Amino acid sequence: MNWLVDFFGNRANWSGSGGIPIRLLEHVEFSLAALLLAMVIAIPLGLLIGHTRRGAVLVVVTANAARALPTLGLVVLIVLLAGVGTTWPVLLPLVALAIPPILVNTYEGIRGVDEDLRDAAYGMGLRGRQVLLRVLVPVALPLILLGLRIAAIQVVATATVAAYVGLGGLGRYIIDGLATKDFPSTIGGAVLVAALALVVQLAFSLLQRVLVSPGVSRRARVR
Amino acid sequence: MITFEGVTKRYGDGTVAVDNLSLQVPTGAITVFVGPSGCGKTTSLRMINRMIDATEGRILLDDQDIREIDPPTLRRGIGYVIQQAGLFPHRKIVDNVATVPYLLGWDKKKARARAMELLERVGLDTKLAGRYPFQLSGGQQQRVGVARALAADPPVLLMDEPFSAVDPVVRASLQDELLRLQAELHKTIVFVTHDIDEAIKLGDTVAVMRVGGHLAQIAAPATLLAEPADAFVEGFLGKDRGIRRLSFVPASGLAVSTERGVPGWSVALDENERPIGWRRDGADGLQPFGTFDLKKDSLRTALDAALLAPPGSAIAVDGDGRFAGVVTREALDEALRRAGQVPGDG
Repeated sequence: MNWLVDFFGNRANWSGSGGIPIRLLEHVEFSLAALLLAMVIAIPLGLLIGHTRRGAVLVVVTANAARALPTLGLVVLIVLLAGVGTTWPVLLPLVALAIPPILVNTYEGIRGVDEDLRDAAYGMGLRGRQVLLRVLVPVALPLILLGLRIAAIQVVATATVAAYVGLGGLGRYIIDGLATKDFPSTIGGAVLVAALALVVQLAFSLLQRVLVSPGVSRRARVR
Repeated sequence: MITFEGVTKRYGDGTVAVDNLSLQVPTGAITVFVGPSGCGKTTSLRMINRMIDATEGRILLDDQDIREIDPPTLRRGIGYVIQQAGLFPHRKIVDNVATVPYLLGWDKKKARARAMELLERVGLDTKLAGRYPFQLSGGQQQRVGVARALAADPPVLLMDEPFSAVDPVVRASLQDELLRLQAELHKTIVFVTHDIDEAIKLGDTVAVMRVGGHLAQIAAPATLLAEPADAFVEGFLGKDRGIRRLSFVPASGLAVSTERGVPGWSVALDENERPIGWRRDGADGLQPFGTFDLKKDSLRTALDAALLAPPGSAIAVDGDGRFAGVVTREALDEALRRAGQVPGDG
């Protein structure tokens, strides 16, 4: 407890380029950028493969390959290739980490929509794209959002690796703290990362309530 | 009118689902495709709105080959009802019903007004409009499915085993509702079922299909019951064909005696002249009785009314349930004899 008081009670920790607000902002920036990039790649791909049911093998291969990648190793490798000073060494491994859950859940969500429902949608005269966007996506949305949430939490937790290559983020408190045996800093950093992960979790719960139709989540009340 | 001309559906593995099917579905009437599973009835239905494309032959919709019409456009002009209703779970009932009007570009207000009108028409409380499908019972969902199919007022309705997933009581009421709707709307309906009783109840024409996608017989229900084309159709029709056929013979041909009784018995009436029972001469108690509506009911109902009553005679009533006369056993016998002699449409 004392360590936490030492860390969060120290006014110096709240200002300047190494202060908590800045580090937090850097952490959120890396995470958000990685998540957005992963979404841009994985969501359209998952929708396409789930809808056409062609290329399902690609989903499995991509997912397994990406899961097998050692994040830290990748960070170091990209630093060696791209040099210090860019954010790519952090961004790329995080994107690789985020793609599998998004891709798999989007694909499974769309593919898993009840066959009768698909049939009805085509039978009403919806075109392929309308079936996807107006019926399959709204019905698969809980699964798609779950994939995004898993990806977001993994990214937020893993973005600490940025500190290894001298970039910012909350990982700095943990890694710098370990290096200088400044334990209050390490513990404080860990608490901040955990808190951020909780905030992400909460944000997705809210997003789910706003975006998913009550008819799908079955939380509508009888009026 | 929908015309099948030598339509065959063959799959890549050589399976033939429908084999050289030629038949006509008349405008404004209900045509039922019935048969055991694997007979190609659903495939035949789904070829009409191009959910499946025929391998050979052609299907004409009012003289136009449906292959010349782009499938989504074709489907927007044909109502489609499926077994599990297939409602969109994320949309409210009113928006489910308005699906096709929205696709056709109607403005939202008009589409919703039309949807509300249809909910009433299929016998649903308009309070349900704001609910989601999961909040409705199976029978209610199926009614919504019918309302959705009717929303853009298509001349043709395809119904693929629409009532087979609900319990028998609800099924019977949905069937009656469909007949009532059809009496108002006169749609060209193709109805698929594996239930021969449903086919006979609903169909103006019944097409019996056998495994392998062959048409075994197509005829009016009464003809089918009287003269099954072969042993397969006879077996598929099941027992009691004679009795069931009487459903298609109107009771109005019966000789009605206006006497309020038969020798040894009299009909007891209440103050509104509605029958309340048979009274044996010289006795006090009332005995069971049966009635039939002289104008609307069939010979089968009249016979049933006679079988229920100890004197063996049926009581005829008018549309308001008031006593209209008595049909004796002899008069029934005569009518049954005539019904047995007249082959065909009854």
